[in-house]
Amino acid sequence: MSKPVIATASLAGCFGCHMSFLDIDERILELVELVEFDKSPIDDLKKFTRPVDIGLIEGGCCNVENVEVLRYFRKNCRILVSVGECAVMGGLPAMRNTIPLKECLEEAYLNSLTVAPEDRLIPNDEELPLLLDRVYPCHEIVRIDYFLPGCPPSADLIWEALTALIQGRPMKLDYPLIKYD
Amino acid sequence: MPDKIKFTIDGKECLAEPGQTIYEAARANGVYIPVLCHYEGLKPVGSCRICSVRVNGRWMASCTQPVTEGMVIENAVPEVEEFRKAIIEMLLVEGNHFCPTCEKSGNCELQALAYRYQIMVPQFPYLFPKREIEAFPGFLLEHNRCIQCQRCVRAIQTRDGQKIFTMKNRSKDVRVNVDRKLAAKMSEDQIQKAMDICPVGAILKKEVGFRLPIGKRKYDHRPIGSEIEEKK
Ligand code: SF4
Ligand code: SF4
Repeated sequence: MSKPVIATASLAGCFGCHMSFLDIDERILELVELVEFDKSPIDDLKKFTRPVDIGLIEGGCCNVENVEVLRYFRKNCRILVSVGECAVMGGLPAMRNTIPLKECLEEAYLNSLTVAPEDRLIPNDEELPLLLDRVYPCHEIVRIDYFLPGCPPSADLIWEALTALIQGRPMKLDYPLIKYD
Repeated sequence: MPDKIKFTIDGKECLAEPGQTIYEAARANGVYIPVLCHYEGLKPVGSCRICSVRVNGRWMASCTQPVTEGMVIENAVPEVEEFRKAIIEMLLVEGNHFCPTCEKSGNCELQALAYRYQIMVPQFPYLFPKREIEAFPGFLLEHNRCIQCQRCVRAIQTRDGQKIFTMKNRSKDVRVNVDRKLAAKMSEDQIQKAMDICPVGAILKKEVGFRLPIGKRKYDHRPIGSEIEEKK
């Protein structure tokens, strides 16, 4: 039997959840036995090469590229998991959600004290993905099957969730595993 | 001495003192009923409804309802627990709760309840409302996190009994209102008391913060309510 295939992505996140994933320490040796990696920043594969069993998504959606990647994952992954506060609820990037986008951009690129007068310019290059009006939790864009809160979720939670999904058993969520910070 | 009152919670036979509320009597019998707006020693108002139980088939707020002889109370049954879970989820989406940035994280009763109920994501959409942060000489009032429980309103007064915190507006616009003049005269201890009594991170004493490291905070290792359940 072939091994389950997993893929990961970091959208509007800080890569902290990926770092926390690597925090599984020596269990990483076990992981290599358990699964194969497809598209992920860990192996730098840019495109899916086969159908994926479990997709792990870090970060919410703050721009159109995030939305595109998320939809691409949904299409290619049997199970999709929101990993971390940003994927689950927008996280720190979503602190801009109560401020109109125009005001955010003006504050960051025009009015802020740290912007030198000659640098006052709101970036607008076609190479840059367009920002969305606000930051969206992943499940407001596509269907998400499981949610792992935490900033970041602990390595233990990620490990427990992943092994449970691979083995097709319910997750054992001991009290210290669920944290929002 | 008046006779004790007999009642049951989830089939467990319990005894109450006359005049005790369901919440108090349950607690005395080692049964945890979650509360948010209620606080030991304050007059209960029964506004958050998280302490709801079913008595002979009817829903009641256990923090205000006195126990009577022969009550059959349902507490930790799926329907009641789902109802409570929904309230917690509504509170989480109704404000702006960015726990990773919050000083109360780890000591917050709303968050602790969400942990106890294993809420991985609220079933409701996040509202991201626009709320203010107000500054007073000794503290901040973070409206993004206020759950309008009115604990501060009931607990904090001047020496001659004037309220420093009051409520204004109605319905979804209801907010805590602070009397600026009186707030300016609050002592450090009184500000600390207000911060401690607030179940969430809405009242924050200035110039201190994140005093307890992760791992040492109130709800890092044990669910809220464990201390009550362990008594019996
Ligand atoms: S008040 Fe509680 S639930 Fe809200 S952000 Fe702070 S820790 Fe989280
Ligand atoms: S400030 Fe705190 S104590 Fe006062 S109503 Fe809001 S949540 Fe309750």
